[in-house]
Amino acid sequence: MTVSAAVSTEAPAAYLERYGRMLLIRLFETEMQRLFLKGEVHGTTHLCAGQEAVPVGVCSALEPDDYLAGTYRGHGHALAKGTDPDALLAEMLGRASGVCGGRAGSMNVIDVDHGLVGCFGIVGGSIAAATGAALSAKREGRVAVAMFGDGATNHGYFHECLNFAKVLALPAVFVCENNFYGEFTPMLKVTAGGDITARAAGYGIPAHTVDGNDLWAVREAALDAVAHARSGDGPAFLECQTYRHHGHSKADPGKYRPPGEVERWLARDPLGVARDRLRDLGVSADEVAGVEEATKARIDRAVANALAAPYPDPVTERATEFAP
Amino acid sequence: MSTLEFRAAIRAAIIEEMERDESVIFFGEDIAAEQGGVFAVTPGIQDRFGAERVFDTPISELAITGAAFGAAVTGLRPIIEIMFGDFMGLAMDSLVNQSAKYWYLSGEQRSVPLVVRSAVGGGGRFGAIHSQTHGTWFQGVAGLKIAFPSSPVEAKGLLKAAIRDDNPVIFLEHKRLYAVKEAVPAGPDSEAAVIPLGQARVARPGKDLTIVSAGKGVPDALAAAEQLAEQDGIDAEVIDLRTLRPLDLDTVLESVARTNRLLAVEEGPATGGWAAGLLGLIAEHGLHDLDDAWLLTTGELPIPYSPTLEDAFIPGPDAIAAAVRERAGVAAAR
Repeated sequence: MTVSAAVSTEAPAAYLERYGRMLLIRLFETEMQRLFLKGEVHGTTHLCAGQEAVPVGVCSALEPDDYLAGTYRGHGHALAKGTDPDALLAEMLGRASGVCGGRAGSMNVIDVDHGLVGCFGIVGGSIAAATGAALSAKREGRVAVAMFGDGATNHGYFHECLNFAKVLALPAVFVCENNFYGEFTPMLKVTAGGDITARAAGYGIPAHTVDGNDLWAVREAALDAVAHARSGDGPAFLECQTYRHHGHSKADPGKYRPPGEVERWLARDPLGVARDRLRDLGVSADEVAGVEEATKARIDRAVANALAAPYPDPVTERATEFAP
Repeated sequence: MSTLEFRAAIRAAIIEEMERDESVIFFGEDIAAEQGGVFAVTPGIQDRFGAERVFDTPISELAITGAAFGAAVTGLRPIIEIMFGDFMGLAMDSLVNQSAKYWYLSGEQRSVPLVVRSAVGGGGRFGAIHSQTHGTWFQGVAGLKIAFPSSPVEAKGLLKAAIRDDNPVIFLEHKRLYAVKEAVPAGPDSEAAVIPLGQARVARPGKDLTIVSAGKGVPDALAAAEQLAEQDGIDAEVIDLRTLRPLDLDTVLESVARTNRLLAVEEGPATGGWAAGLLGLIAEHGLHDLDDAWLLTTGELPIPYSPTLEDAFIPGPDAIAAAVRERAGVAAAR
């Protein structure tokens, strides 16, 4: 894909910052892996390492008050939308200072102040949440974005909501993070037709396939999709092809992946792609190193703060079943 | 006051609340069409408020309820219609897993003000899959409210409260109440007629036993109570639960403390029903006041189609009166 003038003439500094956000997500996931093995992250967790360019590229095309609905593989969705790393890390550790007070955990993060409608633990839930948020967004001149995986495109939510959003001309942007596996199962084995973009196009929605490991490509496609939705012309669709470096969840070593596949994708790691591009744009190694150091320090601080934070106290916890 | 059918009382509540609050929107299958839904409840509402606030949707229950959830957490107050309660099986994920839990899971960042209206109940010869009452499917889900009005006045007052409530409310409209008429508060009196969710009412005071029900079971219990008073000299108190969640135990316990006998009447099976749950809770909290407590429910079968089978299946006024007589050892008056 060629990069348009609008994107290529942007100051490299903006991309350096976005690279820093991608790295923040990667380091966050590395810490999740480590803290899970130490027993500090409970239950299960789904890591998005390898997919960082998608949420960062998409969110770079949004206004702060636009809505985003993410998935159970949603740490990157939250961090890209602006959730405070301290609050997110504390949530993962079940601490009282978590963004949801430790009530939600890894799969169900909600951050209303940053337009994160929620991350949804059931496949396809984000598609419906964003479709509904688009009803509000239409009144407000905003857009609502749904992030979901390739597996969700076999779900009723996908088909019902794409149709619903199209016939009601809602300002929704549907972003499929196609990482080629639905849990342990290869996408092509369970997806009739094998072409997710074509499915969306079948609903009359402008739909494009994007290199989801290229921050520039994702951003450019997202700018177009968001502009289309905001203009009142109805929803837009992006299929961002990417790859998760880890298995589906903490219970999955990913042994079903054929030899060489992981290595091929690691060679196209979105962080590496971005570093090469920044270098080509004339950003110095020192500038990149500066961002990397600052990002590492940010994550280290978030981990230290979260580990020092208290757990919620079941004695003093005052949850109410209903809003007053 | 104006004399309204139950369906017109529902319509009046929607119109009044949409006039009162710009953030209230209303959508569903065929609700905006000229007839106003298959039970003709909502004609003319789209003409009044426009297609941005009132609109027809595809036949997509997943999308309708999911979109209502997404709209509710971003500032709107959707009312949706899921045509028949039986179709709620399709809508469960966004209600049970998303709407019901959002207030809690989010650390109380945002609540989910939405109302899901559906036609429920048997007796209409609609067969097994257009006659169920889905309240009990949802009753065990923390974070949901479930309202089940018994009359036009109740329907208007409870629906207005449901629309104003900041929580998800499942609203059950019994099909065989739609044509029931009574004088309903309107205009300036409308405000005082809003009925808070979670407060049962004594629909008929009595001293010999308490009959508790909801929805159409309430007028049936009232008719049974009149029979028992006239023919058998039994003075039954009738309690209208109004909401299945929250469940107002206090009103039932207070009644049982006076009558010492409790009959719970539910149009649905005993196993897993709200009536069985209520009896358990009353036993837990009021056993010292109870001389007797029992259930009148349907059989443990799907609702039949044939009129003879369906009429025998659903407990109406005669069955309620007979159940009381049998338990009290009173022969039916001739």
